[in-house]
Amino acid sequence: MRHLLSTADLSHAQALSILDTAEEMAAVSTREVKKLPTLRGRTVVNLFFEDSTRTRISFEAAAKRLSADVMNFSAKGSSVSKGESLKDTVQTLEAIGADAIVMRHWASGAAAQLAASNWTDCAVINAGDGTHEHPTQALLDALTLRRGWAAARSEDPRGMDLTGMRVLIVGDILHSRVARSNIWLLRTLGADVGLVAPATLLPVGVEKWPVSVYYSLDEALGSGPDSGPDAIMMLRVQAERMGGAYFPTAAEYTRRWGLTDERLRRLESHRGAAGQKPMILHPGPMNRGVEISAAAADSPMNQVLDQVSHGVSVRMAVLHLLLSSSERNPV
Amino acid sequence: MTAPPTSATPTSSYLIQGAQPYGEEPQDLLILDARIAAVGDQASAEAQRLATEEGLEVTRIDAAGLIILPGMVDLHTHLREPGREDAETVETGSRAAAKGGFTAVHAMANSSPVADTAGVVEQVHRLGRASGWTEVYPVGAVTVGLAGEKLAELGAMAESSAKVRMFSDDGMCVHNPVLMRRALEYVKTVDGFIAQHAQEPLLTEGAQMNEGDVSAVLGLSGWPAVAEESIIARDVLLAQHVGSRLHICHVSTAGSVEIIRWAKQRGIDVTAEVTPHHLLLTDELVRGYDPVYKVNPPLRTSADVEALRAGLADGTIDVIGTDHAPHPTQAKECEWSSAAMGMTGLETALSVVMETMISTGLMSWRRFAEVTSITPARIYRHAEQGRPLQPGEPANLILVDPRATQTVDPQAHASKGRNSPFSGMTLPGSVRATFLHGHPVVLEGELNTPLTDRQVPA
Repeated sequence: MRHLLSTADLSHAQALSILDTAEEMAAVSTREVKKLPTLRGRTVVNLFFEDSTRTRISFEAAAKRLSADVMNFSAKGSSVSKGESLKDTVQTLEAIGADAIVMRHWASGAAAQLAASNWTDCAVINAGDGTHEHPTQALLDALTLRRGWAAARSEDPRGMDLTGMRVLIVGDILHSRVARSNIWLLRTLGADVGLVAPATLLPVGVEKWPVSVYYSLDEALGSGPDSGPDAIMMLRVQAERMGGAYFPTAAEYTRRWGLTDERLRRLESHRGAAGQKPMILHPGPMNRGVEISAAAADSPMNQVLDQVSHGVSVRMAVLHLLLSSSERNPV
Repeated sequence: MTAPPTSATPTSSYLIQGAQPYGEEPQDLLILDARIAAVGDQASAEAQRLATEEGLEVTRIDAAGLIILPGMVDLHTHLREPGREDAETVETGSRAAAKGGFTAVHAMANSSPVADTAGVVEQVHRLGRASGWTEVYPVGAVTVGLAGEKLAELGAMAESSAKVRMFSDDGMCVHNPVLMRRALEYVKTVDGFIAQHAQEPLLTEGAQMNEGDVSAVLGLSGWPAVAEESIIARDVLLAQHVGSRLHICHVSTAGSVEIIRWAKQRGIDVTAEVTPHHLLLTDELVRGYDPVYKVNPPLRTSADVEALRAGLADGTIDVIGTDHAPHPTQAKECEWSSAAMGMTGLETALSVVMETMISTGLMSWRRFAEVTSITPARIYRHAEQGRPLQPGEPANLILVDPRATQTVDPQAHASKGRNSPFSGMTLPGSVRATFLHGHPVVLEGELNTPLTDRQVPA
């Protein structure tokens, strides 16, 4: 593996390898000295064409815990805002001696273009490209789901996949890079995936995807205590969708697709095969009162903070696997 | 007949020996003074007579194994001048046209300034005459600045020295139904026609590629087929209502073919065009996010490609239009959603149409001549293009080697544009010679000399 661009590119073995490595990295994060010397002398550039403080600091923490040098390049206030091309920006970073480029970009496919170009030899990590993919988010979600799945069975998560797990992804599938990356990865790991959204927020052709599709969240939640999902992933509703006639009002969205207090109570009564309650995931930041009620946001079933800490572990694993296997020598 | 040659130009005569008209039985063909002088046995006899009795030098061209066709006529070309001379000029685009086998191109109006006045169309026409590699006919904008709000002075452009008959806002759709109706009506007064770029703007806001299975996975905003089809459906009905002539640019979907077929069955005066790239390429190519495949209308599915080929073969689609759209490197060397839309096409059109329509057995060379020359010339009502290969007709001709194959190398193209989606593909067919009014602007597959002895209108 030279780059991480899309979870669709990951084999079952590669996905497990990243998750298992992340478990090792998680152990480092609980030590008093949270640092490994693995990437000493290597340079990781966080190249962000779109603001995302959460993702950037997560990658920054991951790289620093591996002893890499980290440079943050924000497109705002830089030469990029003066019209510099992606090519010139990247060639500049290459000349500075970057070994890996972690890129967040507003354009779908930007990371794939960078990896396919001859502008740089850096390892490219897609930290979210437009409405395409966000593979490290899916990996951290999978790590979270696997831990919960293993804990309910009192098993070691390492080596496990998600066979038999039922995961619902609720919200704006059409514009969500998180959803796309999650769907491909969850399927690779053996989970059953259900998508829940108004028809306006599902892509044309979704019926050919390896998922179940529901227009009704209530139907997707199932009728009996043991027929519900093992996990439910609530996607953020972007404010700009509300004016685009994707749905009439925020209130109607909440009534039909929000994780309301009533639906939270239904989830609380669900029990999985190992007797566990469903997990609630959200990629953050949450719109309390829109896609998720305050009670659901604060529920012990909610994994949001675990997701954040797992993000660092997964990103450490990805950086470690990409950079320590690359043939490029440190400067 | 044409004016007698000026003293600066020696009388030129070419005897093309053994070429196959429309790929049929080989015949000789004699060119004299911009016209076909004789065909068949008479050609060599007449050549002999000219040489011995009139002391004329007759250049013999061995064309055994080559196909002779009327010069191709492209109703859809972007020459970028004035305004984007970094992308293409009339001169470089004309060279590309000649190399590609085109004896006439129609330069779309989306230049800067827009070709929406007599002054701009006359400038483009004059530059074409001065270049002398192909005939350049400017297309006039339908609306001022292509803004879709106010009719441009179509009459002034029609009466100008460029004698514009084709009007299009290509690149933009004349989406306002009332304005489209008025435009269709108004061009009747100048015996013109409207070439519509069918793209409902609200359905394609921010659209990046064909909406379908591939766009769903790539996370690129979808460009639904219905955005094209709904405009075509509306416009054929408008054309019927006002009794005018409508041409549909670059048809790209199976549904569009169905609507046009229906319209023709109803007797509506509509003609349709397909690009070479829509006959060969599909949206699967977008998976690598290489902007060389970004084009308007977008590459569609293989089912659409099949329907377009069938429509071209059965006459539902009338003509090939290249939509040659050169762009400077930086406009394609960037993020997909920032990249310019368009592909070069003049120098690959013949090969792509051969690959998709002739090599597949869907079409004969005679039908090829119809869709690349005879019909587009008829649509524009050109007197000197797309004519039969017969004595007395203008010598706008090409020689094609059907057995040649070539690997497309955009760096070798005469166009300034390097944005060919066919780069690296090995395609059949090669244009060996292009005669423009009897003058070989291309010989041995390479540019020869332009036709520069003509009076350039003031």
